Amino acid sequence: MPNIPNSPLFPEQGSDIARSVDHLMLFALGGLVVFSTLIAVLVLVFMVKYRRKHEGEIGEDVYETNPKSQILELVWSVIPLGLLLILFGWGTKVFFDQNRPPTGAAQYWVTGRQWMWKIQHPNGRREINELHVPLGQAVQLRMISEDVIHDFFVPAFRIHVDVLPSRYTTYWFKATKTGEFHLFCGQYCGTEHSKMVGKIVVMEPRAYEAWLAGEPAGGAQAAAASGEQLFVAKACNTCHRPDSSARAPILNGLFGTQVTLQDGTRVTADENYVRESILNPAAKIVQGYQPVMPTFKGQVTEEELIQLVNYVKTLKAADGAAEARK
Amino acid sequence: MTSSPNPVPAEFPRTHYLNAAYGLKSWLWTRDHKRIALLYLVSVSVFFALGGLMAVLIRMELATPEGDFFQPDVYNRLFTMHGVLMIFFFLIPGIPAVLGNFLIPLMIGAKDLAFPRINLLSWYLYTIGGAFTLWALLHGGVDTGWTFYTPLSTNYVNTAVLTVGVGIFIAGFSSILTGLNFIVTIHRMRAPGLTWFRLPLFVWGHYATSIIQILGTPVVAIAILMVAAERVLHIGFFDPKLGGDPVLFQHLFWFYSHPAVYIMILPAMGVISELVAAFSRKPIFGYKFVAFASIGIAVLGFLVWGHHMFVAGQSIYAGVVFSVLSMLVAVPSAVKVFNWTATLYKGSISWDTPMLYALGFIGLFTIGGLTGVMLATLGIDAHVHDTYFIIAHFHYIMVGGAIMGYLGGLHYWWPKITGRMYPVFWSKLSALVIFIGFNVTFFPQFILGYLGMPRRYHSYPPEFQVLNVMSSAGATILGIGYLMPLVYFVWSMRYGPRATANPWGATGLEWQTTSPPPVENFAYPPVVTAPPYTYEAQPAAGKGAARVV
Repeated sequence: MPNIPNSPLFPEQGSDIARSVDHLMLFALGGLVVFSTLIAVLVLVFMVKYRRKHEGEIGEDVYETNPKSQILELVWSVIPLGLLLILFGWGTKVFFDQNRPPTGAAQYWVTGRQWMWKIQHPNGRREINELHVPLGQAVQLRMISEDVIHDFFVPAFRIHVDVLPSRYTTYWFKATKTGEFHLFCGQYCGTEHSKMVGKIVVMEPRAYEAWLAGEPAGGAQAAAASGEQLFVAKACNTCHRPDSSARAPILNGLFGTQVTLQDGTRVTADENYVRESILNPAAKIVQGYQPVMPTFKGQVTEEELIQLVNYVKTLKAADGAAEARK
Repeated sequence: MTSSPNPVPAEFPRTHYLNAAYGLKSWLWTRDHKRIALLYLVSVSVFFALGGLMAVLIRMELATPEGDFFQPDVYNRLFTMHGVLMIFFFLIPGIPAVLGNFLIPLMIGAKDLAFPRINLLSWYLYTIGGAFTLWALLHGGVDTGWTFYTPLSTNYVNTAVLTVGVGIFIAGFSSILTGLNFIVTIHRMRAPGLTWFRLPLFVWGHYATSIIQILGTPVVAIAILMVAAERVLHIGFFDPKLGGDPVLFQHLFWFYSHPAVYIMILPAMGVISELVAAFSRKPIFGYKFVAFASIGIAVLGFLVWGHHMFVAGQSIYAGVVFSVLSMLVAVPSAVKVFNWTATLYKGSISWDTPMLYALGFIGLFTIGGLTGVMLATLGIDAHVHDTYFIIAHFHYIMVGGAIMGYLGGLHYWWPKITGRMYPVFWSKLSALVIFIGFNVTFFPQFILGYLGMPRRYHSYPPEFQVLNVMSSAGATILGIGYLMPLVYFVWSMRYGPRATANPWGATGLEWQTTSPPPVENFAYPPVVTAPPYTYEAQPAAGKGAARVV
C-alpha cells in the first residue's frame, strides 16, 4: 500500500521541492488567516457595536466627512499588492525549481494512454503503472500521450505536469525518502480516469540496481538497440546516412545542436524536434535540403518513436560527419 | 393576489404588473422586464434544482472510496451535467437575468429595458438552449467534464457532445443579448439627474458584467463550432492525429470561461453593495473605488485565462505573466471587501435576513478570494491544480459568493417583486443553515485537495474517506438550507403579509414605487437630485423615511 499521509493536513514530503512548496503554502496560509480573521473580527464587532438602536436611526457617512478616507483606500490597495507580489515572486521561484531539471538527471520515458501508464527506464527496462527510482538521484521523465491529455501527478512531489498527445513534456524530481507514493492521473481523461493510478517506489540505490538486474530482458542500451533496428526497418538509414552523399541531414552528432532552417530561424534539436521531424517532416525543413521525406504519422507508435528518439540521441558525430556539418 | 381577506390600504396598489393581465399568453408574450425576470426566475430555479440533485448524487457516490453507487460512465455524466447546468444555465444567467432584469429599469427610473422584445427573445433562446441540454441528458448525456477538453471531447467520447454544445451555443446568444440590452439601457435611459456616479453599485456591477458577456461569449461560441467541425468534419483544429494542437482549445475555452467567473461574481458584488448600504443606512464607503473596482475586474479578467494552464504544457514564462496578472485582479476584489467592511463602521446596522446573507457572502468570498490568490501562485498551483482544492476554491466563489449574493438579493427585493413578506424566523434560519452547510461541505475539500485527491475521481484511495464523508454530510445540510427558501417563498406569494412600498427604509428609486410596481414602473417620471444611499435623519419618521429625491 502507498503510504498513508501521516499529517492530517499535509501529504508526505517525498522530495526537497515538496518541502519548499509546503513552506510557500504556509506563508500563503498565514496571509489567508491574518486577512480573513481581520475581516471577520471587524465585521462582527461593527455588527454588534453599530446595531440599529431605534427605528429612525441612520448611519454616519464617515467617508465624505473624513479627508483621510482616500488615503485609507490607497493603503488597503497598496499593502495587499505588495504582499501579492512577494507571493508571486516566491511562487515563481518554486515553480522554476519544479520545472527545471538539473543537468545529468537520469532519463526515463513515460507513455500515457487510456487508462494506464507505461514507463521505460534509462536501461530499457519497462513497467506499467509503477515507477521504481533510486533515492537521492535526479530523475527526469519525458512524457507523451497516445490519445487524450493526461497528467502525471505525485502528491508527495507536489507537482502536476500534463501529458500531451502532441509533444513531450518534462517532469522531474529527486526523491528524498524511500517508500511508495501515489501516482495519479491529474487530468480527466474519460471513463476509467480514476483507475489511471499507480505508484512511485523509491528504493535505496543499491536495491534499485538489484531490482533493475532482476529484469529478464533488457540490459544497458536495450532501448537504443531496438531503436537501431527500427531505424533500419523503417528504412530511415537509406537517406539519413553518415556520409557526404546523403539526401537527408546527417543525424550523427545532431542531438542538442542548433539547426538552421530554410527560413533562417534556428531551433535546438531536442526530443520534440526529432519526434516532430519524424511525424511531420515538412514542418521544419533544414536549410539546404528538399522536403522529400514522407510522413511517418500513423506508422510508428509513441513507444517506437521513443526508441527512435533515443537512438538518434546515441549517434555520436563521426569525424567526417562533423566536418560535413560545418 | 387580489384575494386578500383584509381591505387593501391605500398604500397597496390595486393593479400592478402581476395582475394587469392574466393567462399563459400574457406571460409568454410579455415584454415587461418584470415579468420576463419572473420567467427567468422559474427557469433558473428548475436548472438549479436539477444541478443540485446531481450534486447530491455525486456526494452519495463519494461517501465511500470504492465506486459502488454508479458505474464510472454514469458518475462522469453526473459531474459533467452538474457543471454544465450550474454554470451555463444557473450561475451565468442567475443574477443578471432575474434580479438585473427586474431592477435595472426600476433603479434608473426607466419604464423598461431599451429593447423589450430582444429581452423576451433572450429568455426564449435561454429556454431553447436549456431544452437542448436536457434533451442530451435524456439521450446518453455527456461525459467530457464541463470544460470539454480536446481531443477527449472531439475524438474519444461518443456521448451527446454536439447536442450539449448546441445548447450552450444558443444560450450564449441569450447572454450576449442581455448584456447588449443592459448596456444600451444604462447609457440611454437613466432618469433626469441620474448621473453615472449617482447610479447604484448594483447597476455598475451589471454594466461591467455586460461588457464581459458581449466580448467574451462569442469566443466560446467559436470554440464550440471548432469542436463540432472536428467531431463531424474531422477538420484538425485540436487533435494532433489530425494535425491540430490540443492546448489551443484550452486557450479559447478559458478566454471566455475565466471572465465568465466574473459574470457570476460581479452582479453578486453589486447586490452586496446594495445590501450593505441599505442595512447600514449610510452610503457605501468609497463609492467610486467600488464602482471602478468592478470595471477593473472586468478588464483584468480578460488577461488572466492562462492561469488555468500553468501545468498544461504552456511555456513557464507565459505562466509567470499570467500569474502576476492574476495577482493584480485580487487587488480590486480586496478593495471591495475592505470598503464593505468600512461601510459597517458607524452604520445603523439591522440584522435582517438579506444582511445575514450579505455577511455570509463577505465571509465565504474572502476565503474563496484568498485561496484564489494561492492558486495564482505558480508553485502552489503546480501541486493543487485539478485537485479538490480547486473544487473547494471555486465553490467558495460561485456558491459561497454568487449564490449567497443571489439569495441575499432575492430576500431583499422579494417584497418589491411579489408585494409580500416572507417569515422572518425561517428566512434567518435558512441563511444560517446554508452558511454552516456550505462550510461543512466545502472546507474539507481544501484539505483533501492539498493532500492530493484529484477532482473527477469516481473512486479514491481509502485514506481520503473521512474528509469525503464530512463533505457529503455537509451537502445534506446545504441541500436542506436551499429547500427552505423555496418553501417559504412559494408560501409567501399567497399567504405572506403585504409589503409596503419600502419595507427596509432603503434609498433607491425601486423603493419609491409601489410593491409590486405598476406595469409602467412609476406613476410619474422620477427625478434624481442626490447621490445614492443618501440617508437623512428624520426625527419622527419610521421605516420608509429615507428618500433619494
